[in-house]
Amino acid sequence: MRRAPGAQALRYAGLLALALFTTFPLLWLISIALRTTGSVFGFPPQILPWPPSLANFAVVWSTMPLPRFFLNTIVLCGIAVTLNLLFCSMAAYPLARMEFPGRKLVFALLLSTLMLPGHVGLIVNFVTLLRLRLIDTYAGVLLPGAVSVFGIFLLRQAFLTVPMELEDAARIDGASEWTIWWRVMLPVITPALAALALFEFVAVWNSFLWPLIVLKSPEKYPLAVGLLYLSGLFAHNTRAVAAGAVLMTVPMIVVFLFTQRFFMRGLTMGAVR
Amino acid sequence: MGARPVTGPFGLSHRRWRATIAAYLFMFPALALLGAFTFYPVAFGTALSLFKYDVISPPRFVGFEHFRSLWNDRYFWIALGNSVKFLLVVPVLQICSIGLAVAVNVPLRGIRWFRAAYYLPVITSVVVAGLMWRWLLEQDGVLNFVLMKAGLLHRPISWLGNPDLALYAVMFVTLWKGLGYYMVIYLAGLQGVSPEFEEAAVADGASRWQVFRLVTLPLLRPSVLLATTISAIAALKVFEEVYIMTGGGPMLRTYTMFFYIFDKGFQRLDLGYAAALAVVLAAAVMLLSGVIFRIFRQGGWTYY
Repeated sequence: MRRAPGAQALRYAGLLALALFTTFPLLWLISIALRTTGSVFGFPPQILPWPPSLANFAVVWSTMPLPRFFLNTIVLCGIAVTLNLLFCSMAAYPLARMEFPGRKLVFALLLSTLMLPGHVGLIVNFVTLLRLRLIDTYAGVLLPGAVSVFGIFLLRQAFLTVPMELEDAARIDGASEWTIWWRVMLPVITPALAALALFEFVAVWNSFLWPLIVLKSPEKYPLAVGLLYLSGLFAHNTRAVAAGAVLMTVPMIVVFLFTQRFFMRGLTMGAVR
Repeated sequence: MGARPVTGPFGLSHRRWRATIAAYLFMFPALALLGAFTFYPVAFGTALSLFKYDVISPPRFVGFEHFRSLWNDRYFWIALGNSVKFLLVVPVLQICSIGLAVAVNVPLRGIRWFRAAYYLPVITSVVVAGLMWRWLLEQDGVLNFVLMKAGLLHRPISWLGNPDLALYAVMFVTLWKGLGYYMVIYLAGLQGVSPEFEEAAVADGASRWQVFRLVTLPLLRPSVLLATTISAIAALKVFEEVYIMTGGGPMLRTYTMFFYIFDKGFQRLDLGYAAALAVVLAAAVMLLSGVIFRIFRQGGWTYY
């Protein structure tokens, strides 16, 4: 195809305009968070925060229970990622590498979950947690999401690509299935494990509805729920709430920008063909 | 074949027995959790819709009473109507995402960063997105200023406060947040399209638009089916954006099915009624998936 420099510039201009549309709200959020003077609302809006200040961040960090929310979120993310990596990789291994009766059935069951109406589960899982006395606990938040079917498919796909020779060599050495899974297979599929860890991390970091339903005490809230709670308490202080929102979002963006290759590839790796 | 293997129970050899046990041991944690929190809820939830249950007193069987009262429940029809209306976002979202995917499916320098920029809303928490857009959409917010500067608007509008506009304003935020996600699905689809087809069409003198419409788009059909299904189901079940941005108002104009389920189930603890609502929503979701599947039937079915 022909490439005129003008067309090239036009193309970049178009892409840039689109990028402005998708990123402007976030830039605006940062701009609000960085200002101590100037109104958030009213015409004309003050786009640049001048003079910039970190005072709002200090306010949310010291007067709101934000450090607590951060800690809660990190704990929740850590456990959720660990459980998912463990359980998904365990379930995916036999589905990819072993022949056993009922394999097709298990596979069909897993596929069906992608089409099951998950919202019915919301109500029943709430009842289940009530019965198990797990309301307002992290176990209650974490258990329903401790295995993701998407994760099982993603890792199964990765296990399928491991060359047979590796497994055979280990088997000749008399390794058990557990040893093969742990010592031979998992190290080879590290990229897929990393992708799953990322997805799970972002999903739990941002998850909002289920923790909102399960958790009753504000001191247990993760950031997403906590932020909404604070936006109610501090409705008069938009700038402080914006600072909290920035603190919640920036770690995600940094993680994403450093790992976007994994991310984009991982999204399509879970494909079942 | 050499010696016949020693057979154990069920005609399986010893080796296969051991492999089978190992396989199920490996899968046990995942299957147990999915059983308890994914499969059991579907069965129990359907049953629960036939009971009156408020957590405190034991469940009481009421048969189809909930479904009968649904028929005369004003809020149910309002909520269902709003959820169905929300489906309007699906075609817009899909067309925009396909366009975006085509735009970034070029070997330009730095294209990776543009893709990342378009994906940022996807990894933004719905709480942050909701709060942010609530501020931007205020009557004296930035959006009105921009639109007035551009001459598209004479007087500022309270987007979320206007009963006729609020639902569309929320849809707009759904669009903003979803674009990048569907872009990636379409991008994967586009990269699976062999360039030879397109080149052949170009060699035959087809215009760019013709190549896209007659060659690329039909080959993209599995991705369209997948993305449309995902986004249609999400639209029918929309809740979080609404909860954060409008709280169901103004005048219940953004009160969706899921909102009603949430209210009944978790605020008023009328769990049987909420389960009945959920069953109706599930039926709607399945009906819709069936319709979408029929529309795109000629294409293959690739599941991501």
